[in-house]
Amino acid sequence: MRNEASSVAPGVRPMVEVDRLGKRYRPDLPPVFEDVSFTVGRGEFVCVIGHSGCGKSTILNVLAGLERPTSGVVVFDNRELTGPGLDRGVVFQGHALLPWFSVEQNIAFAVRSRHPKWPHAKIMAHSARFIEMVGMTAAAKKKPAELSGGMKQRVGIARAFAVEPKMLLLDEPFGALDALTRGVVQDELLAICASTGQTVFMITHDVDEAILLADRVLLMSNGPRAHIAEIVLNTLPRQRTREDMHHDPRFYRIRNHLVDFLVRRSKLIQAGGSDAQSGLRTPVTVAPGEDEDSTDPTPGRDARPFAHLSVVR
Amino acid sequence: MTIDKARVKATVLSLLFLVVLLGLWQVSTQTPAGAPAAGNDEYARLMGAGGPQQAASGFPTPAAVAAVAIKRLRQPFYDNGPNDKGIGIQLAFSLGRVALGYLIAIVVALPLGFAIGMSPLLHRALDPFIQILKPISPLAWMPIALYTIRDSSVSSVFVIFICSLWPMLLNTAFGVANVRREWLDVARTLEVSPLRQAFLVILPAAAPAIITGMRISMGIAWLVIVAAEMLIGGVGVGYFLWNEWNNLSIANVLFAVALIGAVGMTLDALFGLLQKKVTYAE
Repeated sequence: MRNEASSVAPGVRPMVEVDRLGKRYRPDLPPVFEDVSFTVGRGEFVCVIGHSGCGKSTILNVLAGLERPTSGVVVFDNRELTGPGLDRGVVFQGHALLPWFSVEQNIAFAVRSRHPKWPHAKIMAHSARFIEMVGMTAAAKKKPAELSGGMKQRVGIARAFAVEPKMLLLDEPFGALDALTRGVVQDELLAICASTGQTVFMITHDVDEAILLADRVLLMSNGPRAHIAEIVLNTLPRQRTREDMHHDPRFYRIRNHLVDFLVRRSKLIQAGGSDAQSGLRTPVTVAPGEDEDSTDPTPGRDARPFAHLSVVR
Repeated sequence: MTIDKARVKATVLSLLFLVVLLGLWQVSTQTPAGAPAAGNDEYARLMGAGGPQQAASGFPTPAAVAAVAIKRLRQPFYDNGPNDKGIGIQLAFSLGRVALGYLIAIVVALPLGFAIGMSPLLHRALDPFIQILKPISPLAWMPIALYTIRDSSVSSVFVIFICSLWPMLLNTAFGVANVRREWLDVARTLEVSPLRQAFLVILPAAAPAIITGMRISMGIAWLVIVAAEMLIGGVGVGYFLWNEWNNLSIANVLFAVALIGAVGMTLDALFGLLQKKVTYAE
């Protein structure tokens, strides 16, 4: 039942290869992150988890081509990445819909950018298909201000999908949503990705969200000098749903492992200084669901991860 | 419901204020049967003993002003030579000058403001010029304009142009420079062409700021045209007002003042509507 998506077929290069990426905003300060290397396979769903200030968003912006790294290279689809482009769809943290356009016009704006030569009717038909995909047909003529947060985020997702990019980049897309809405939109995203085989790179703060959506989770240590400390394979079967995944004993092992990293180890790695760092520069890959004994350090299974965070920080 | 009630109350109160104001005006300007009031006497002396009409009536009553207004508004477009034209013609000249100077200002300010807003370099380079030119009273340009242009009417158009320019320029630059980063990022990730980005992203995003600038400019232009026309003479409400002052017809002066206020209010209301159209809720 291990997911096949993360294993790259021989001879095919991964969608994204990130090599020793680093970003320094000011020369007199240490870099926010450095030596960040990872790959994202074709059709793979990768999540990044880390505390604020570790440079997650910067990494996503570099992948989107909106920011330049201070050092390191990104190879996207066999080419070195130089700027933003239609081959990568971005879902922004604050949805970033253009408020003077209706839902329909927002999507059509993206579609026309992708296919400038298409006639109007074809653009509208293509847009309508993606509006329907996220269940927003009834609100197609509404302006973003008339929509709820969850609806806006759905439109943002539809816009990113409508240009049919090779990869989707999501920057904490559900952070501002309430728990119920978040669940609904997560399920939608999961269903769409499963049916289209979309490659996705997503930032999240939510451990459960990462376990539900990701094939692999990249854990980042705290900044400055953040780096990828660990790569966690999701050992749950890919057909998991929100309703049944917490019945699987592997779910709690993965969850505890991730929470333990966030509340304890991410700090230790930073506090440990250079000796700890040098050992961890090449991130270890772990599969916490499978080896039962090694990873179950905390008894508090039901505790919400962020209830801890506020105490520790 | 409560909003409607509040509005009715406000309207009633407004009307009450108006009645009180007119009443006070009427009472204080009424000539009592017999000797004229001491204030009027003094006023007449200040006016160089005044004409016979002045001594009799002094400051006009509201009724007198209303009578003048009705007479003027009944025949707005008559033309009895250079010093006696209908108020409609006077207004048309003033509005025409404002429109012309204002349009030229739009043509200059919007593209330039766009460029300044887009380019921090251009902003820094032009800022000293803008900062020193902006606080100059538009009328201070009048002698320079008259000397170089040699046509008083065109000079007044130039003065309108120069006074309308700054608010539009600065607001356009501000609006363009402060378009949300996210919206520009959306355009970049969609590889939107510069022209589409300018017209479909930056312009709508900056439109509320731009219209605010245009509204301020229009207000200033309307203030300035009256003063400019007093200087240049000829035709126009400003000149009409000054001319009636020279005729010592205070009723006509008051009528002109009220008219200037009403036209200014209407212009501002039109821009208010335009502003509502381009404002977007985030």
